[in-house]
Amino acid sequence: MSRMDDTEESDNLGGVKHVILILSGKGGVGKSTVTTQLALALNSAGKKVGILDVDLCGPSIPKMLNVESKDVHQCSQGWVPVYADQAQQLAVMSIGFLLSSRDDAVVWRGPKKNAMIKQFLSDVYWQELDYLLIDNPPGTSDEHISTVENLKKYKPDGAVLVTTPQAVAVADVRREITFCRKTGIRILGVVENMSGFVCPHCTACSNLFSKGGGEQLAQQCNVPYLGSIPLDPQLTKSLEEGENFMNSFQTSGTRQAVMGIAEMILTQTNDKHS
Amino acid sequence: MADVPQNAPEQCPGTQSEEAGKSSACAGCPNQIICASGAAKEPDPAIEEIRQRMTSVKHKIVVLSGKGGVGKSTFTAHLAHGIANDDTKQVAVLDVDICGPSIPRVMGLDGEQVHQSGSGWSPVYVEDNLGVMSVGFLLGSPEDAVIWRGPKKNGLIKQFLRDVDWGEIDYLVIDTPPGTSDEHLSVVQYLSAANVDGAVIITTPQEVSLLDVRKEINFCKKVDLPVIGVVENMSGFVCPNCKIESQIFPPTTGGAVKMCQDMQVPFLGKLPLDPRIGKCCDEGKSYLSEVPDSPASQAFREIIQKIQITCDTSAGVSREEETGEMDTT
Repeated sequence: MSRMDDTEESDNLGGVKHVILILSGKGGVGKSTVTTQLALALNSAGKKVGILDVDLCGPSIPKMLNVESKDVHQCSQGWVPVYADQAQQLAVMSIGFLLSSRDDAVVWRGPKKNAMIKQFLSDVYWQELDYLLIDNPPGTSDEHISTVENLKKYKPDGAVLVTTPQAVAVADVRREITFCRKTGIRILGVVENMSGFVCPHCTACSNLFSKGGGEQLAQQCNVPYLGSIPLDPQLTKSLEEGENFMNSFQTSGTRQAVMGIAEMILTQTNDKHS
Repeated sequence: MADVPQNAPEQCPGTQSEEAGKSSACAGCPNQIICASGAAKEPDPAIEEIRQRMTSVKHKIVVLSGKGGVGKSTFTAHLAHGIANDDTKQVAVLDVDICGPSIPRVMGLDGEQVHQSGSGWSPVYVEDNLGVMSVGFLLGSPEDAVIWRGPKKNGLIKQFLRDVDWGEIDYLVIDTPPGTSDEHLSVVQYLSAANVDGAVIITTPQEVSLLDVRKEINFCKKVDLPVIGVVENMSGFVCPNCKIESQIFPPTTGGAVKMCQDMQVPFLGKLPLDPRIGKCCDEGKSYLSEVPDSPASQAFREIIQKIQITCDTSAGVSREEETGEMDTT
């Protein structure tokens, strides 16, 4: 953005190796869930990860990582993110930390949201990070345009698009692909979330939101398909309680699916830098 | 909520503020004289035009949720189908989700186009008594993304409210995107003179969703929009194989019922997860007429009836807030 003097700005993203956007045209498909689980998976692969939550009107990340009550502190380099673990391998920044009550509504129009995002991208003191995951709200509007514009000079690695299998969601994600192409963001791939639910009583699998939509979309639009994540009530429950699902349920098929997706992202992003 | 234009200088005090046109940031702004004259502080003339357009609409309901993907469009479509089942009622659906319009698909109108007539834009009709308007009808192809910032979205919403020729209708149901931002503020502001009946808020049972929905209820309180009630969607799933119910999105904090008690808003009911609902939406059919005897259809009808009763009773009386508990289970 030409209006500001870029050289004077603190370069807090300078120590971040890879920047990945998590996007979806549709709401409630699991962007935040995928963001947090990917972060934990990357953690367990020995990477230091940051999560930036730019969903200003509905931040979910603090709740999911059980850091809702934490506050952000200021230091001379900027805002110190909240760490979700003892070892400080998972840093988090969200507007949720700046609200005085958890039920406060952020009733803001575009320009105010843009200013906040700009600040998030320049003023958070991440230190050294292997991966920064940016969790976006649904749509193709202010938050997305601002994030992409402000990230330009850091050359983000690309975007992970999350969808659910049903046609209504896939239609919106297709618009998101158009957004990425128009703004020159590489698409790392499509993740299909909530595909299939295994009944815990009889182990019959029901496709609550039909099946295969994500894979079809990836084929049609010629983008990589990263995999599908089945619905698992244990995962939803872990997110409600802010528990580390990736550690607690080692045998879960959902966990394996997330690990597989993390692997693919690791190879894709390393390719680019080798 | 100062009104700061997109292209305003840094530190713009906002066109509606006392300082408009007078602060130091205004020096050199091409619109300084307009702001200083106070013309910008006048209410938008569109509000009066919209009020006039809306005199032919008896009831206006806004469907809201802080959280995405909880079923706003599904509910909107079925609320409309449910009311329109009565041939004597005229129903209209307006989709103000500009970046992710789902209504055309859910109502089986994919690929339709809007026509223009002397009296405005003509809605697309599902049935004789059910008209629909969405940005989806204005796009060339299903891949087209609407990459717009706030002010452009607001302009289109204004046009939708002012320029669509609905005719005489009983119910206008407005479907919104998730959040508490431009689209929501615009709908409320533009309809401020047109007597909105209230908002129906949709949530799923888990806390991650309720967290955002509480924000939405606080939004309604801030902007004086009455809450008709809260619907809990995707509440429990009955396995078609063994008939045992599972909680896919577990209500760890008491679900919507508890939240409604805490926040003193009416609870309208629960809708169970039924894979056939999603399937009907993908195919653009009405679940209520495809599977009329299912528990979910039954629950839909009860909720729709409650909403109609609330609208009918609030129509004659003045717009006082309804805080009475409506027990359903």
